[in-house]
Amino acid sequence: MYSKDGEDYFIVDAHVAMWDGSDENQKNIHGAQFIECFYDYHRNLSPAEYVWEFKKYQKYSEEDFRTDLFQDGYVDHAIFQPAALTAFYKEGFGRDLAMDMAKRTPKQLTYNHNFDPRYGEAGLRKLEQAAAENNLTGVKIYTAEWHGDSRGFKMSDPMTYKYLEKCQELGIKNIHVHKGPTIRPLDRDSFDVADIDHCATDFLDLNFIVEHVGLPRLEDFCWIATQESNVYGGLAVAIPFIHTRPRYFAQIIGELLYWIGDEKILFSSDYALWHPKWLIEKFVDFQFPEDMQGEYGQITVDQKKKILGLNAAALYPHIEVPEHLKLREMVGAAGSAS
Amino acid sequence: MILGTEVQRDAVLAALDSVRDPELDEPITDLGFVQEVTIDGANVFVRLRLPTSFCAPNFSYLMASDAMDAVRALPGVGNVSVVLDGNVDSERINAGVAASLGFAGTFPEETASGLEDLRFIFQSKAHLASIERVCVGLMRDDGLTVDALGALTLADLPHNKATDALFLRRADLKLSLEMDSPVLVDEHGTPWESMSLATQLRFAKATRISIDGNAHFCRGMLRTRYPDSENEQSPREQDFLTVRPLENAS
Repeated sequence: MYSKDGEDYFIVDAHVAMWDGSDENQKNIHGAQFIECFYDYHRNLSPAEYVWEFKKYQKYSEEDFRTDLFQDGYVDHAIFQPAALTAFYKEGFGRDLAMDMAKRTPKQLTYNHNFDPRYGEAGLRKLEQAAAENNLTGVKIYTAEWHGDSRGFKMSDPMTYKYLEKCQELGIKNIHVHKGPTIRPLDRDSFDVADIDHCATDFLDLNFIVEHVGLPRLEDFCWIATQESNVYGGLAVAIPFIHTRPRYFAQIIGELLYWIGDEKILFSSDYALWHPKWLIEKFVDFQFPEDMQGEYGQITVDQKKKILGLNAAALYPHIEVPEHLKLREMVGAAGSAS
Repeated sequence: MILGTEVQRDAVLAALDSVRDPELDEPITDLGFVQEVTIDGANVFVRLRLPTSFCAPNFSYLMASDAMDAVRALPGVGNVSVVLDGNVDSERINAGVAASLGFAGTFPEETASGLEDLRFIFQSKAHLASIERVCVGLMRDDGLTVDALGALTLADLPHNKATDALFLRRADLKLSLEMDSPVLVDEHGTPWESMSLATQLRFAKATRISIDGNAHFCRGMLRTRYPDSENEQSPREQDFLTVRPLENAS
């Protein structure tokens, strides 16, 4: 919980990781390149006092994680969104430790698994197994994952649909899809958001959370999210601009509020890319610059409360929000989220 | 051409100025992507660098091959080599560009088509963003309403950088540059529907913000990766534009 100026904010960090980018775990040069690239994101957008040593960044401890999120970082509940990256890392990028951590402290942590439709039937069985073991309520999908000669897949591929049908069957409601800065690969634009339009229409009972709000395809994401009732936007990668480019962040959040509304936006730090503490402090302090208020108006405390936690809690009903941290309008509307 | 004449560095840089990052809609020179230009008599060597090793090979290939074409087109030029440093696919891209294999020829197992479709998508976005910049300027400085924008022709536009940029993007898309042509047209030259100007302008705005944001991101990442690149980056033009309200844009 974060408190400022007499207001209390319930915080759900909807995108965190326990990764292993250590030298020992790297399978090849791409493993090194990937973690270096991640480190550049971290160094580039973090305030200087939050920048880690590279070694620590490659593989941090459970203690680092818990201290940063739950002790210093105001986070009430965090959701693991692991990336497999098995083509780059021997044991995968996301550590199994995350599953274990979520089992030990289920009130604080939710573990989302990942799937890759290119594993076919065998992958479906594994998803069933993971769902049974972890009581899955969400999955993270990274469509640019390398797999043999393939450099990615689409959410609208027939095999992806089989996996989404499996999610329906298993009660996995929340499908987080990475749509972020353009990186390798594919002849087309691998993080083109158009495939979300298809799967969101065809799976109306699932929620599709587009991570990184589709940046740099913000306009396409907004357009699709406006058409589809079950498409949400995760703020990871977008929200750190609040420090380096506050006027630019204002425009992003202004557009998101305009196009998709304050109930479809989810806070996430993308830890350990960025530390939630400064993101939350700056977001609560944030207001549109005066010359933009004619266009965007003012962002309200209630809107910030929704974005910082209440929206994610509504998607994950097992996350209990204490009565006094709900919005006044929500108190009494019992059962709406559970 | 005149062999044996020293190729002028300024001419090479000017040629590279014409090469744009399609996604960021900016010259690769302004972005700091040109790491080295070495001239040896008539021969030119260009080294490019990008913000991350995972920068998409399609865009990377486009920039490297555009740079090759631009320098080769200079009078008096002999051998030209363009090398892209530090990308996951540097080797293949460099070999492909050197042999003029095209993107599909360089990555045959991953690509069904060439890059022109991709280029068109980003030229369309860049055009849309340039419309927004021009319109916001007119609303801010001349008090035009959204409805009045619908009747604009190229002749009505002020002489400024935003207008120049719009003309350039229109030329990329081979849209009419006749002065009586309407300003608010899509990538095929079809005029916007007059009923929904405000919504379309709003979409153009989101497009512009998206491109700007990506540019901030990539410029920052390049500076982090190559600390000396900061001095070579020109400030992004759009940073100087004040955002201005679009009334009743709903």
